[in-house]
Amino acid sequence: METKMEPPKNTIGIIGWLRKNLFNGWFNSLLTIIFLWIVFTVLYAALKWVFVTADWTVIVVNLRLLLVGQYPQDQIFRVWLALTLVSTLTGLSWGLWKGTIGNLAIALGASFLILSLFPFSGEVKTWLLVNATAIGLGYVLGRYFPILRKPTAASWILLFPFIIVLLRGLGTSWLPIVGTNLWGGLMLTFLLAIVAIVFSFPLGVLLALGRTSKLPLVRYLSIGYIELIRGVPLITILFMAQLMLPLFLPEGVTLDRVLRAMAGLTLFSAAYLAENVRSGLQSIPRGQYEAAQALGLSNFKTTFLIVLPQALRAVIPILVGQFIALFKDTSLVSIVGILDFLGIGRSIVAQPEFLGRQREILIFAAAIYFVFSYAMSYASRRLEKSLGVGER
Amino acid sequence: MRKKAYLLVILLLLVTMTLAACGQDSTQEPTQTTTGNQSSRSTLEVVKNRGYVIVGVNSKLPGFGYLEPDGSYSGFDVEFGRALAAAIFNDPNAVEFRPLSAKDRLTAVQTGEVDVLMRNTTWTISRDTSLGLNFAPTTFYDGQGMMVRKDSGINSLEDLDGARIGVQTGTTTELNLTDHMRKLNVDFEPIVFEDLDSVVAAYEAGSIDAWTTDISGLASRQATLADPNAHKVLPEVMSKEPLGPVVREGDDQWYDIVKWTIFATIEAEELGITQGNIDSFMNSDDPVFRRFLGVEGDLGTNLGLSNDFTVNIIKSVGNYGEIFDRYLGPDTVFNLERGLNDLWTNGGLMYAPPFR
Repeated sequence: METKMEPPKNTIGIIGWLRKNLFNGWFNSLLTIIFLWIVFTVLYAALKWVFVTADWTVIVVNLRLLLVGQYPQDQIFRVWLALTLVSTLTGLSWGLWKGTIGNLAIALGASFLILSLFPFSGEVKTWLLVNATAIGLGYVLGRYFPILRKPTAASWILLFPFIIVLLRGLGTSWLPIVGTNLWGGLMLTFLLAIVAIVFSFPLGVLLALGRTSKLPLVRYLSIGYIELIRGVPLITILFMAQLMLPLFLPEGVTLDRVLRAMAGLTLFSAAYLAENVRSGLQSIPRGQYEAAQALGLSNFKTTFLIVLPQALRAVIPILVGQFIALFKDTSLVSIVGILDFLGIGRSIVAQPEFLGRQREILIFAAAIYFVFSYAMSYASRRLEKSLGVGER
Repeated sequence: MRKKAYLLVILLLLVTMTLAACGQDSTQEPTQTTTGNQSSRSTLEVVKNRGYVIVGVNSKLPGFGYLEPDGSYSGFDVEFGRALAAAIFNDPNAVEFRPLSAKDRLTAVQTGEVDVLMRNTTWTISRDTSLGLNFAPTTFYDGQGMMVRKDSGINSLEDLDGARIGVQTGTTTELNLTDHMRKLNVDFEPIVFEDLDSVVAAYEAGSIDAWTTDISGLASRQATLADPNAHKVLPEVMSKEPLGPVVREGDDQWYDIVKWTIFATIEAEELGITQGNIDSFMNSDDPVFRRFLGVEGDLGTNLGLSNDFTVNIIKSVGNYGEIFDRYLGPDTVFNLERGLNDLWTNGGLMYAPPFR
């Protein structure tokens, strides 16, 4: 009869793991203790500051300003409506496609529900709950009506121009015009980022195709544009857009400041995007072109049906990386006097009752930027996985 | 695969379409924000047609211009923008404030993006002459000062030999500091920062020995330091900083309107007329009051405004002293002395030419 021997107690379980990984030898034990001490000191100081020293009333009082800027109070329902549309579509997509979008939808819905527990006004709470419900309803609809796939995809594309029109208004009594000078806060940061991403993408693809084109004029124009823009810092372009552009325009004509910033960001981003896309184009083996030609496809068809889809798939990680950078780069517009999320924050610090509270504002801003950048990078990782980038 | 590529083409097309749609949007923009053609129409006409005046302000300067939690602008400079709106439209809210940075503020005036700039801008000869700008009367006389810790043993600028001095980059402050210290033959180490918040943070953390900015700025920041009494402002003033409104050159009527709007607030204080008691002066027999308040004469119509424009200003924002006290005076955290900004009758520099 054989006796079963238990492994020694100190080699299994938590203690075993600790011994194996943190305290195997005097040197590692010392390192562990020192690092534990450092982590503890830093965490203690940070938590003490967050919960004891910091005065978060500056955020609470100015929350609306930080989120939507000076958007008129009686028109604020438009911002909520826009958000609800996004929620509904997110919910629908969750039901239709599951996967990544589902996780994002759950995170979004959970944030709405958690936020609705905070002591906001009744109106805000209602809208938060409406948004959470919209996600749920969307999910159910998408789940049981797969026929909605095409309309949903189309709605995502039409959503952005629609939101712009909704926010800006039509000049009717229902939707009076709200000038971009009143747009601000996180809302403006998003709009700047989305405009720049959406418009720089096709422009960048065209520039990349132009740079690899066989037509000399197109090629040199593309190269000239890309190298010119890449040779200049973004802040210079923003200053040029704000300072020089008005001087070139005809007397008495002034372009909207926010529009100028959007144009600057788009043109800047397009040049970088073009180079990223070009790297994707160059990764396509020669055989692909030749095979397409052998099948008798025209140049146009070769580019748009064979080359571009493969090239873009290959550069997804770089593109998303650039979009994340662009999202954060929008904060530079606060230097040229546009009240985006960071710009509003800097202006709040000038309120007499909150003088010297910039730490709270900056940390809050950092947290918000982190949440959204992380969500983007998470979505990109999942997208890569589902498309099998780097696996085949 | 084919289907996916097909989708991509559609996507690209749609994006281009939205591009085009937004292009239409942007062509409408100029007609809306057109600020007028100075050769054919006067600024006043343009402003009146538009229905509101566009004022360039600072959105980040404590006491002078900042955003309230409800999204409206407040501050000493901002209040003069409201005064101008009241003078033209009898409505202090007929104004749109445009936040401008220190770098793009003057271009905004030159290109007509704003009708007037009220953003703590120092009046200098080069700005006045070579940039095509006109400076309205100074609303705030400032000067550059230096803050040190009381226990540092520094009592004058000469004591700052070898000190690390914090200063905001890209301002006249930085140039003044260098000029002044060279004159005194004091060797110091300038530490430049992008904004004032960073300067103050570095000073509080002890990484610089002193810091310099306009005296009003020093006073307002001193109130926010952990122990305001542990710091002091050195007695020397390093520069003159007359801050006031700026308009574009070439429209004298508009320049006059801005000028006399400011003067009206100063004159009202000198005459003892306030927001509260103005009605009691309306029936005065004194010709000085009658002319100033537009009861007789045509001082307002000569400007292109209504005769009672002064009444509208005072009723909306009060006289100069009231505006000063509201944003900078003893009841605020800044607690600034009137000093140079007191009336000439009290030893200050605020002086309005006669309203006659």
